[in-house]
Amino acid sequence: MNNIRKNRWKDQIFKYWGIFCTLIGLVLLVVFMGNIVIDGISRISWDFLTKLPSRKPENSGIFTALMGSIWILLLTTIIAFPIGVAAGIYLEEYSKKNRLSGILEINISNLAGVPSIIYGLLGLEVFVRIMGLGPSVLAGSLTLSLLILPIVIVATRESIKAVPSSIKDASYALGASKWQTIWYQILPASGGGILTGVILALSRAVGETAPLIVVGALAYVPFAPQGPLDEFSVLPIQIFNWISRPQAGFIENAAAAIIILLAITFVMNGIAVYFRNKWQKKWK
Amino acid sequence: MRKIKELVIERTLLASSLVTIAVTVGIILVLSVEAVQFFSEVSIIDFFTDTQWTPLFTEKHFGILPLLTGTLLTSFIAIAVALPIGLTISIYLSEYAPRSFRKTIKPLLELLASIPTVVYGFFALVVVTPFLQQLIPSLSGFNSLSAGIVMGIMIIPFISSLSEDALHAVPRALREASFGMGATKLQTAFKVIVPAASSGIIVSIILAISRAIGETMIVAIAAGQQPRFTLDPTVPVETITAYIVQVSLGDVQHGSLEYRTIFAAGITLFAFTFILNTISYRIRKKYQEKYE
Repeated sequence: MNNIRKNRWKDQIFKYWGIFCTLIGLVLLVVFMGNIVIDGISRISWDFLTKLPSRKPENSGIFTALMGSIWILLLTTIIAFPIGVAAGIYLEEYSKKNRLSGILEINISNLAGVPSIIYGLLGLEVFVRIMGLGPSVLAGSLTLSLLILPIVIVATRESIKAVPSSIKDASYALGASKWQTIWYQILPASGGGILTGVILALSRAVGETAPLIVVGALAYVPFAPQGPLDEFSVLPIQIFNWISRPQAGFIENAAAAIIILLAITFVMNGIAVYFRNKWQKKWK
Repeated sequence: MRKIKELVIERTLLASSLVTIAVTVGIILVLSVEAVQFFSEVSIIDFFTDTQWTPLFTEKHFGILPLLTGTLLTSFIAIAVALPIGLTISIYLSEYAPRSFRKTIKPLLELLASIPTVVYGFFALVVVTPFLQQLIPSLSGFNSLSAGIVMGIMIIPFISSLSEDALHAVPRALREASFGMGATKLQTAFKVIVPAASSGIIVSIILAISRAIGETMIVAIAAGQQPRFTLDPTVPVETITAYIVQVSLGDVQHGSLEYRTIFAAGITLFAFTFILNTISYRIRKKYQEKYE
């Protein structure tokens, strides 16, 4: 009898330990956020968004970094979206079970695990040096595109896989070709899921710092980029730069810039979740 | 006509998927070409046995060991934090928590993983280090302890999410059989469900280790930039990734030996993560077959 009670007691203890562990992550998240908001909220103003970086913390703004991040986001979308989705369609709809598809699969799963800084080294050598793009927005975007490619491909495949085969069969029965079936049936049906994956991948790209530092993005740029071959900085690098300075004012700036960066990340995640929910309902 | 169009489209799609192969080949080529040139000037034996890493000083030493110990030390602390918490969360969510709680908490935990790492670096330096300094007065402003702890918090969702999926996939019958024998939930979880899901859990741990080894910004911000052959968590160290960042921020001439050191460091990092990823892929494939 004693043993049973002891086991029930252990069971209860573990339950509360589980609740504690689950909540501690979220509590820390809240503590961190609170800290940052307290440090940084007073710096956020229209001026902070539109001013150029400066040597004096109170005169500094994030304009160039913000513009750099927007450029990176746009170019990365343009490059990674078509290639990633095309590769996803090929792997899910065309590729047969053979050696090539096996290699592709292992390869993509491996690429997803390569540290982001390694992509930076690849970009530095191939895009910056060999292709001669220099430390430009384009070189940075190409590097980040390769980085998020595996995520886009996996998301595309998952969404296509979720489309009921009855839709495909119906399309073929009406005499549609393979591509017509994909273009008119499968892609519209899986669009929400693909979009979710792409937005999540892009939100990762916005927060990436290390590969862009390696590619040669600058901590200080006097002007926002005007074209894809201009030098650039991005928000995370601006934050990194401010964190590494000793004056207290820059820590406030870093906290304020973090608020903006987190706002962008969370809004993108929110949009992604919205699309996912909307798309999931469709098949239920 | 239609056939040609279909063929062109298929080839285009195939080309897109081959981009991924090109990326891998590119990474391996770039890293090895630069590394081979590096090792033509620096003995590979020194590289793996010298305990000093000072390529940017006048008296140059090229021993990777200090960077390796820095990397392993921060990763070890991170895993020591993330593994018990992450595993407990996964067991709690899969075996104890009500469905609705699980459904709300999982996306929230995954939010932790979506926060840019530079933000975690800020936490480590500005919040966690000053806090720990109150407990350990001798703690240096840059140290592997707070970088490791914060990195651990960051990878909790990797472990909890993937492990929870694995636990959840264990057939119900196993649970019911265990309950039928009079076991408590705790006994069932640890003696039946966790062993049954062990391969999935191991995969999640390996991926978390690989993630910790490759993590850059947290350690570059909070762990310091002093390569040191030590396992003391209270002093500044430098990881492989932080070294690459340090060199990238400076003015290093292309083609110089200093420039090549980042590729030599990079290929070491790549080798580690590649081995870990391959192991986890193998386990995952085997495990999938088991249940299908």
